[in-house]
Amino acid sequence: MEGLWNWGFVWQTLPILLEGVVVTIQISVLSYLLALVLGLVLALLRRNPRFWISRPTGEIVEFIRSTPLLVQIFFIFYVGPQFGVTIHPWVAGILALGIHYGTYTSEVYRAGLEGVIKGQWEAAIALNLSKYHTYRDIVLPQAIPPIIPTLGNYLIGIFKETPLLSVITIAELLTRAKDVASDHFRFTEPYIMVGVIFLVLSIPASYFVNWSERRFKRGYGRK
Amino acid sequence: MELMVRFEKVTKRYGSLVVLDALDLDVAPNEKVSIIGPSGSGKTTVLRMLMTLERIDDGVIYVDGEPLTHMPKNGTMAPASEKYLRKVRGKIGMVFQHFNLFPHMSAVKNCMEGPIRVLGLKRDEAYSRAEDLLGMVGLADKKNHYPAQLSGGQQQRVAIARALAMRPKVMLFDEVTSALDPEVIGEVLEVIRALSREHHLTMLMVTHQMGFAKEFSDRVCFFYEGKIAEQGPPDQLFGAPKNERTQQFLSAVLDAG
Repeated sequence: MEGLWNWGFVWQTLPILLEGVVVTIQISVLSYLLALVLGLVLALLRRNPRFWISRPTGEIVEFIRSTPLLVQIFFIFYVGPQFGVTIHPWVAGILALGIHYGTYTSEVYRAGLEGVIKGQWEAAIALNLSKYHTYRDIVLPQAIPPIIPTLGNYLIGIFKETPLLSVITIAELLTRAKDVASDHFRFTEPYIMVGVIFLVLSIPASYFVNWSERRFKRGYGRK
Repeated sequence: MELMVRFEKVTKRYGSLVVLDALDLDVAPNEKVSIIGPSGSGKTTVLRMLMTLERIDDGVIYVDGEPLTHMPKNGTMAPASEKYLRKVRGKIGMVFQHFNLFPHMSAVKNCMEGPIRVLGLKRDEAYSRAEDLLGMVGLADKKNHYPAQLSGGQQQRVAIARALAMRPKVMLFDEVTSALDPEVIGEVLEVIRALSREHHLTMLMVTHQMGFAKEFSDRVCFFYEGKIAEQGPPDQLFGAPKNERTQQFLSAVLDAG
């Protein structure tokens, strides 16, 4: 296997990398779902009128946003076992990504909730709706569509952060590439392929975000 | 006679600004009361407090014999909790200046939300109630339209139907024509007129439409600086106002056309 670029090696490597892609996608989607749910919960807790709920939530969100994701990954994976709590690398990875990005999506939800005008809340009170139905039927259906493009961007964000999980032995795309590369002492093809695969997978995701921006800008009943 | 609404020494402040100053106001069942006055006189605040959109600082409001702002607790009166408010404010319905329809729901859905979620009606019961009411406000053919597809006057009529779907005992109208183009004000007032003729409802209306206040109301209250400066039957208040402030206000409004 001589030269700068060897196609034979590329074809030999591709199936291994594609196995890594599957892991990358699975981790991305699961972390993203966690981030979507957690973000909404955090945003709602921050709006809670009881300060002993809203204040600590705000502090936690700020803390997580201000510390590096890599440190959080190490923390979740390595500190637990010191106290007898061992977690599977997958769980640790999904928790780290999901919690980290959950604090970001919570800010997006917050902006969406603040975008719902006061008159809508007042109309809900005038109809005597419960808090639950006010959020579920009136507020969230208006708060979420405008933020879908921004939330979509965080899916791309999470996807591009998954290589960080190679540090906790998760066999995602970068880990596979690293293994192949060191087995064969060829680094050019595997790492270029990783870049190309990320690019190829990001394109449809960006396309979705652009489409959703156009789709959700239109209000209800407007052409 | 039992009163429908009773304000007892109700005070509302925003910081040092006193919006309502120990207000007393009694409204009988089925009575139609118009509230007029210069801006900042506290007229809208009266309705907002009745709808429990604002907390009061002093005094008590009763609706249909029950305290609205306070609840009995350990033998005394405590400020009403959210739970208590949900129990008592169902007697009141409100129509807003800016309609506040839910933009993501069609006209008929707007009118079904409360009956289903709060009154526990079945979907088809709520639907036929909503349909009837939209028919009453002349919008049977627009029931599947979204608010954005309706004119201001039509939206306000849907908002009236939505409030009525909850079968309130008291209806509040807060400057319901102020945000409308002049040519559609008539259609909204016509609906309110029909409502007052055909339904047994107590109505409180904050309005700048002096002509309508005159023909619609049993009583007109003129607010000035957080107090009722003068009140009486429309003929008397518009025809022969006694208070100097009322005279000034009326001549200013009537001069402006």
